[in-house]
Amino acid sequence: MSQHAKTANGLVKGLLNSSRAFVLGTALIAGSMTMLSTTHAQAEKILRVGNDGEPQSMDPHFISTIQTSRLSDDMFLGLLTYGPDGEPVPGAAESWTVSDDGMTYTFKIRDHNWSDGVPVTADDFVAGWNRLLDPATGAEYASLLYIIEGAEAVNSGKEGAKLAATALDDRTLQVKLTAPAPYFLAQLTHQTAFPIPQHAIAKFGKDWVKPENIVVNGPYKLTEWLPNVHSKLEKNPEFYDAANVPIDEVIYYTYEDRTAMQNRFRAGELDVARDIASEQISWLRDNLADSLRIAPYAGIYYYAIRTDKDMFKDVRVRKALSMAINREAITDSVLKTGELPAYSFVPPGTGNYGEPAYISWKDLSYNEKLEEAKKLLAEAGYGPDNPLKFTLRYNTSENHKRIAIAAQNMWKQIGVQAELFNTEGKIHYADLKVGNFEVARAGWIADYNDAQNFLFLGEERTGPLNYAAFDNPRYNELMLEAEKEGDLKKRARLMKQAEAIMMEAQPYIPIYYYVSKQLVSPKIEGWINNAPDRHLTRWLDIKE
Amino acid sequence: MLSYAIRRLMIAIPTLFIVITVAFFMMRIAPGGPFDQERALPPEIEKNIKAAYDLDKPLLEQYTIYIGKILRGDFGPSIKIRDFSVAELIMAGAPASMQLGLSAIFLALIFGVGFGTYAALRQNSAVDFAVMGVAMVGIAIPNFVMAPLLSLVFGLYLSILPTAGWGDGEIQYKILPIIALALPQVAYIARLTRGSMVEVLHSNYIRTARAKGLREKLVVNRHAIRGALLPVVSYLGPATAAVMTGSVVIETIFGVPGIGTYFVKAALNRDYPLVMGVVIVYAVMIILLNFLVDMVYGLLDPKLKSRS
Repeated sequence: MSQHAKTANGLVKGLLNSSRAFVLGTALIAGSMTMLSTTHAQAEKILRVGNDGEPQSMDPHFISTIQTSRLSDDMFLGLLTYGPDGEPVPGAAESWTVSDDGMTYTFKIRDHNWSDGVPVTADDFVAGWNRLLDPATGAEYASLLYIIEGAEAVNSGKEGAKLAATALDDRTLQVKLTAPAPYFLAQLTHQTAFPIPQHAIAKFGKDWVKPENIVVNGPYKLTEWLPNVHSKLEKNPEFYDAANVPIDEVIYYTYEDRTAMQNRFRAGELDVARDIASEQISWLRDNLADSLRIAPYAGIYYYAIRTDKDMFKDVRVRKALSMAINREAITDSVLKTGELPAYSFVPPGTGNYGEPAYISWKDLSYNEKLEEAKKLLAEAGYGPDNPLKFTLRYNTSENHKRIAIAAQNMWKQIGVQAELFNTEGKIHYADLKVGNFEVARAGWIADYNDAQNFLFLGEERTGPLNYAAFDNPRYNELMLEAEKEGDLKKRARLMKQAEAIMMEAQPYIPIYYYVSKQLVSPKIEGWINNAPDRHLTRWLDIKE
Repeated sequence: MLSYAIRRLMIAIPTLFIVITVAFFMMRIAPGGPFDQERALPPEIEKNIKAAYDLDKPLLEQYTIYIGKILRGDFGPSIKIRDFSVAELIMAGAPASMQLGLSAIFLALIFGVGFGTYAALRQNSAVDFAVMGVAMVGIAIPNFVMAPLLSLVFGLYLSILPTAGWGDGEIQYKILPIIALALPQVAYIARLTRGSMVEVLHSNYIRTARAKGLREKLVVNRHAIRGALLPVVSYLGPATAAVMTGSVVIETIFGVPGIGTYFVKAALNRDYPLVMGVVIVYAVMIILLNFLVDMVYGLLDPKLKSRS
């Protein structure tokens, strides 16, 4: 042993004997542990998503916002689920058969478990649907399952009502519908159709959704929810396809301030921002082009005209108002975020439909439209001495305001005097529902990918959601026929005839088709733009 | 002093009751309800939900149910964030809000009084104008401009602090929100201190102190500052209550898990139980802090002391 080594040895011994050595030793151990955990942390793939709204609940039956379904889609697995491209793919059901009349579905449930190891059974679906429809539950979205026989009666609390969904055995589920609805399978991806862990609900009551209690059958499980800040979801090792889920943890950060969310994305603190600050679109196009994702989204922005008001009973007036709206100017100069001008109520690309029934005068030049609009108004008895006057209502939002101002000016060109009236959302929708408006801004985003989910807004039986109070007997008849039609092509034809009637009558002035706007870091793999705008974390990966 | 304190606390109970009653009915008078939204609910479903929250009962009955519940300490469930009760939401958010608020008000007090005194002692000098000018700008720039600016400069351009977020509550996440919260308060307190300090410096008892030959430092530190602080102290009561109950702007921009957001969001959502919850918290804070201010006042103001 060299002199140096001896000295060092003695030094070490001496140090070990002193209390300082203890501190040093602890520090070393702590240091190495930190290193270990850092290595571990590096190996973990964490996806950080900026979500543009606070989740409402982790209980699928109390979810009505898209910001919340992003989390529930990661946690629960319906009979069908969204594939990487937003199309429905088999989920908890591995296969199914449909009866010849298209009214009875029999599902084979996949052999898989809840996150606590208990098997998922057909009865978990039946129990879930019954819970959703139970009036005492008070679920906002219960009507989405009305297509199942008996559902509406159960939800209305009718005595003796029974849902036509039966667990034939643990892994076989049979469902009877009220009509051969081709959108039924797509609807099963929705949170209203998720199964529920009956055993966990029995044990924990309404607290079953707390992070320490929650039981799920999907790829991720809630581990923490700090209100207004973040919700953390960790990979569920019990998930049947866990081996093919690359991301270990996903954190949803709540950001209602778009600019703040965008700044965090720019600083590299978020991998995905689910909305953008639209007013900065030119900057984003120039500087973050590789992250900016703008894609058609199954939604329509429209103005509803209250057709039971005297001045709007005349179809010529409604048509004139619609013709005077320069949709291209609104999308290209006011919005500038890639929205498409709308000349139909059903957005192009909507499922089971094909090309929508466009407004007949779609291809006239704007000047021709203006001339025609003036003529129609004059025929209806309005002119410079007797101008058409009404109030255009919109709910608080910078874009709604800018579009309303644009529309007001466009109408001015045909001698129409529109007064703008802005209220916050709650008042706006409360008034719309009871018909307390003349013309009002509204929007609709599809719950499931089917034309019926747009066109029902014009049906008389729809009630308060038919804001325009549009009541056209032929339209109602066609929609009823379409509902009963099992043949997809014939069904589409019937609905298209209905849409053509609506576009001729213009109870709703379609303005633009929505787009989804978000920022996705280039290191995220598997993000495919799609119309339902669903991007389940299980399909994504992070490139190192 | 003790009987005065007890009397004050006794008055607090009916005050709180009135606040609750007024807030309850004002909230219900506002048009639109929690379930009026872009996607209107089918009537039968709306009926089910309203029944689930007792909203289908006559207003007066709802009120008595509510009062009964809060007497038992039950603030009810939040309508919009269903997995949490109002008490849970407030308990989860209050620590962050209070921590930021207290730090901000502490900073504001130190810097505000410091700058204000400094400016007052150099009244009408270039320093005075500079300090007061900056303070004026500080008051005039609203939070929703200052907060994103701080986040941009320190988070994005200089990259020395996180742009936003809360992490696990580490200090670096709190610095910018505290500064953003404190700045307008620093400015306001500086102006308040300067104004009252200038006035106090011209008062008779200060002239007497100076005439006795006391050093200027002693005059200011021992005599003037006490008098000059009186308006600051009375401002501090409501200001502390406001700052400690969070700020919607700061919380939204920096992603702070506080309760300030609820004041605005819950009201816009017509989340009745949550609105009532935060109103009660705020009212209690105001009452308590005003009470504290009055107590401190008694200690600071020799005129009040001699009276009691």
